[in-house]
Order: sequence, then structure tokens, then C-alpha cells
Amino acid sequence: MAKTLYDKLWQSHIVEQQDDGNCLIYIDRQIIHEVTSPQAFEGLRAAGRKLAHPDAMLAVPDHNVPTSADRATAVNAKDSQIQLDTLAENCAEFGVNYIPMLDARQGIVHIVGPEQGFTQPGMTIVCGDSHTSTHGAFGALAFGIGTSEVEHVMATQTLVLKRQKNMRIDVDGVVAAGITAKDIALAIIGEIGTAGGTGYVIEFTGSAIRDLSMEGRMTLCNMSIEAGARSGLVAPDQVTYDYVMGRPQAPKGAAFEQAVAYWNTLVTDDGSLYDKEIYLKAEDIAPQVTWGTSPENVLPITGVVPNPDDVRDAERKIAMQRALDYMGLDAGTKLQDVTIERVFIGSCTNGRIEDFRAVAEVVKGKRVHANVVAWAVPGSGLVKLQAEEEGLDQVLIDAGFDWREPGCSMCLAMNADKLGPHERCASTSNRNFEGRQGPKGRTHLMSPAMAAAAALTGHLTDIRSFEHG
Amino acid sequence: MDKFTKLSAVAAPLPMPNIDTDMIIPQKHLKTIKRTGLGKFSFSNIRYHDDGSEREDFVLNQTAYRNAEILVTGENFGCGSSREHAPWALKDFGIKCIIAPSFADIFYGNCFKNGILPIILPQAVIDLLLDDASRGANAIITVDLERQEISGPDGGKISFEVDPYRRHCLLNGLDDIGLTLEKKDVIQDFEAKKRLSQPWLFKD
Ligand code: SF4
Repeated sequence: MAKTLYDKLWQSHIVEQQDDGNCLIYIDRQIIHEVTSPQAFEGLRAAGRKLAHPDAMLAVPDHNVPTSADRATAVNAKDSQIQLDTLAENCAEFGVNYIPMLDARQGIVHIVGPEQGFTQPGMTIVCGDSHTSTHGAFGALAFGIGTSEVEHVMATQTLVLKRQKNMRIDVDGVVAAGITAKDIALAIIGEIGTAGGTGYVIEFTGSAIRDLSMEGRMTLCNMSIEAGARSGLVAPDQVTYDYVMGRPQAPKGAAFEQAVAYWNTLVTDDGSLYDKEIYLKAEDIAPQVTWGTSPENVLPITGVVPNPDDVRDAERKIAMQRALDYMGLDAGTKLQDVTIERVFIGSCTNGRIEDFRAVAEVVKGKRVHANVVAWAVPGSGLVKLQAEEEGLDQVLIDAGFDWREPGCSMCLAMNADKLGPHERCASTSNRNFEGRQGPKGRTHLMSPAMAAAAALTGHLTDIRSFEHG
Repeated sequence: MDKFTKLSAVAAPLPMPNIDTDMIIPQKHLKTIKRTGLGKFSFSNIRYHDDGSEREDFVLNQTAYRNAEILVTGENFGCGSSREHAPWALKDFGIKCIIAPSFADIFYGNCFKNGILPIILPQAVIDLLLDDASRGANAIITVDLERQEISGPDGGKISFEVDPYRRHCLLNGLDDIGLTLEKKDVIQDFEAKKRLSQPWLFKD
């Protein structure tokens, strides 16, 4: 019978099918960070249990690390420091491969995994972090889990799971100039909503997806969780293999060939049935920007702030008004007239080398607007090094950007990096929830090029008109 | 893990849709290495004023609902992060059961692991329960997991669905790691086969 990519990944990891429809699923890899692992280690210790496969794990601190130049000596909040120290101690005690903060390879878990070749096609990959969906870009079944499940994987290398349904989102055609994976992701969320993918694994197909680089595919799969789907998938192809080959933890030589032969089977068979299919035309996708406090509050940059009076459902009307109040926006305002004070380039969505190239291209030889404070936070130390080799750091610094050390930073404001109350930010991250980037902070999600353009003009800006004028 | 069998308690109405994990527990309170003690921070952005005083308009601050153990809420509850801090905070606050038209997947699973029962019911039924809940301390709702049945304050019965495995674990307070470890042999067999077919995956 014809099978989807998800069906193949699922079936090849079933250890045992239980009578009640749940399955015991084998987990190939687990990545851990300092925020969601301490309680799992604590649980193991309390029960006197060991790690099933320390080798199948990788640990790196990211959420809490300082991103200032003096990070080695920077005074970190005491509770942040406790989490960082606890991760180091737990990894030493349990024998987990741990990349410390001052290591050049340190960075955001979802950037480090792929960079190290830890992420490979065909695997099941978990992490106590919802954006684990990122790794689905390699044709791996990757999803975020809670800390109890982190502990379950640590102790057993398995999880008890129920099969999800298959959804296909097909984006065919060629995107217009200036349109990126981020715009595709936001357009999809605008189309299906933040709960549209709940219960599904989304496979992204179509020529516009095939045309994306690995970085772009990661951006897209990263945002699947924002559409409600725990996992996104892109079938592996030559682009994937070229990215994986030669990475420190990737198979080498004959083993790589053997792996590729297997990876080539990881495609959806012709004639497979999906439970739901969505079609988008690449040509129709305009640069996207969010106006509210949920990623589904998204519109093309040419739009205007919507009016709650146009909404019929009472609860939705209240939610929309609440979002507008929080964001300090009036219905009918042109999105391009919204002024910003902060810019954040970074996060596991858009903190990769391509993203900094895109920003550098926009800001080269120009100056950040006088009213704007702009930050660029590489997703990992290796991204930072690469950008510096290419001279991108200097382009950004000359334009007035603050070029910082790697970490999650202002994506979720767990460390000193945060928006002040009512500060408005053009952000390349993935969530615009209330308080996400700092209490009362206001987040507009968009692509790196769009955020760069906003940094220069001081207001939300259509990258298309910007580039041509 | 704590058992969940039958609960009779005050239900608080919180009809807002899309209550996300950052709203349930703001990220500044995630810097703990323990599972307990987060209750005082739950919903803090909507529960307190900037000066730390309580907001009267927040339902769980109202006298009738201070001891609520059941939340009746809107669709897509718990969307956002995978962090288990959200159910830990709710549990520490005293919430044992959440009833909504839909939940975010990860949050839904996390509830069961922490002895919280999430129940999905159609919006029309939720509307009735919200109505019951709006009567505050006068409206005790009983949730019986054994019989998969909710009894309203006026004696009306509503049945609900729940995954049998999760129900079993919750009813008996079972630690599912222990249950899985009983299957060690099957897991090892699986692994041995995998080592042969995909040797590049194994480093040890
Ligand atoms: S960058 Fe943001 S979304 Fe990504 S792992 Fe860090 S906090 Fe989570």
C-alpha cells in the first residue's frame, strides 16, 4: 500500500503496538537544554535510573545564556546561573555530550543539532522544546515534548505515542523576489490558523518548497508548531545530503553511502492519501507581518490593522480587541505606517547564515534609523564565525546593529535581553504572544529582510518597494 | 504520580480562546530546577497589576473561585510552548481538571503526566458548563473518570471520551516510565535489528 513519508517514519519506529491504539516508539536522538531538563534528571536520580543511551543525546545551553560580548564574566541572574550549572553537572554525572557556553559550537539547540550532523534524515528526534519541529526539514520525525517525556526517553529511549494524521501543504510555483521561507510559513499560518495543524503531521511539498535551501526548510518546519502541528516534514533530497555530508556527527564514507540509499526511500509514495490537503500558489504570497498577539494574526504588509467590529463571533471579537489594545494599534491603520523602536534578528527560526546574508544585503552602506535599536544575534557560534568570515558582521555593525553572542536572546526574553514595556519590535522570531519578548513588549513577526528594512526606515516596510526604490 | 479518580469541586469559567503557555506561566518564572512552587506565578500577567496587587476582573481572584479545582475554558487551550511548567504551575495552583473544546497537543499530553485530567467537549456543552460555572461556589461540578462522566450542579450528566491507556495510568497513579521499562526486552530486540539495518545511527 502506498505510504506517506510520515507513515514510513512512524512505522519504522514502532517497537510495540498496544491494544489501545498507542504505540511504543523508538527515539533515535534527544537534544536537551537547561530549562526543560533539570526536573527530568531529578526524576531519574530519585528513581535510581540511568540513561538508556547517553550517546544518543546532545546537550547545549541556549535559553538563558548572556549574549553580551562579556558573556564569560557577565553577571547572569542567579536563577539562570543555577539552571546553566545544573545542566553542566547533570551532563557530567550522566555522561552526556555537552557543549558549554564558551565553546564555538554553542548555540540554539535547533541550530546546533543540524550543524553538528546530529540531525539526520529518517530519525526520530525529540527535545523538550516545541520548536523541535525544525529538524523535520531533514525528513526526520521531530517533535517537542514535555519534561516527563524527556525523562521517559532518557530512561527508555522510547515514548508512548498515538499516530497523528497526515496533512499535506503544497506550495507550487516560484515565489516573487524578496519572499522567503518565513513569508511562506506565516502565509500558511494565516491560512489554516494556529490550531489548523493540531493532530496532524504536516508534509510540505511543491516546487516552492523544493527550491528552498536547508536553512529555508528549517525556517518553515520550525513554524509548523505555530500552525498547531507538532511536526513538519520535507522529504530529503540532494540539498539535504549536501548539507549533512561532512558534518562532525554525520556518517562517513561507505556508511554515508549506505545511509543515502536508505534516505532515498523516505518519500511519499505516489497514490498515498493524506487526511487533509492545502494548496497555496507561491506567486500569491506577499511579504507577511503580524499585527496581533498570535502568529495567525498575520497579513500581507500592504494590509491594514483589522477591525474587531467586522468579527461576528463574540469571543473572537473580544480576543481581537484585546490584541489591538495590547499592541497599541487602531483598526484601519496601514501596517506600513506602524513605527518601531527595536529590531531583533535571530532565534531558531531565522538565526542562520542565510538570514544574516539577507539582512546584510538590505542594510549594506545604509544606517539604522535614529529611533531604532537593532540587534543581530547569531543562532550559534559557528553561524557567528561564518558571518564574520564573510564580513557580514562589519556590514551590520557599520549600519548601526549590535552584533551579539549566540543564544535564544530576545526570542523569549529569559535573560537580560528584552523589550521594555510598550516597545515595538520588528522580530524574526516565531511567537508574538503577550509578554513573549518582555513584559508589555510588542512583537511584529516577519522575515529577516523585512526586519532589516524596518530597521532602516523606522516603520514596517514592504521589502519589495524598498528594494526597487 | 497522583491518582485521579473522582473530583467534586468549584469550576471557574475562563472562556477566552487560545490561552497560551506564556499566559499560563510567563517565561520569567521558568528558571526553576524543581517541579513545584510555580502556582503563585500562574496566570500572573492577567492575575496581578504591575504593582503586584490582584486584579479583581480575573476570575480566580474572585472569592467564589479561589478554591476552584476545575477550569472551563476556550478552544486551543495551552498552545505555544512544550514546557511542562504550564501544567506544573496549574497543578501547584490547585487545578486538577481542565475542560475545553480543544487543547494544544503537547499541553494535552503533559496534563496526564502530571495528574491533571483534560477533557474535550463540544462548544455547545462547554457553553452549558460555563453557565453552570458562572454560579460560582454554588455550582459544584463532579468529574468521575471511572465512569467518564461529568455531573452538573443540577444533576445533569455529560459523558466524555478519554484515551484508555491514559485513563488507566491516571486512575491508578501509574508512572509510565516504570511500565515501559517492563518492556525492556522488546526494546532491546528492536534496537538489535536497527543496529543491523542502520548501523550508522549507533556510536557505541
Ligand atoms: S530561539 Fe526562541 S523558539 Fe527557538 S528554542 Fe530559543 S526560545 Fe525557543
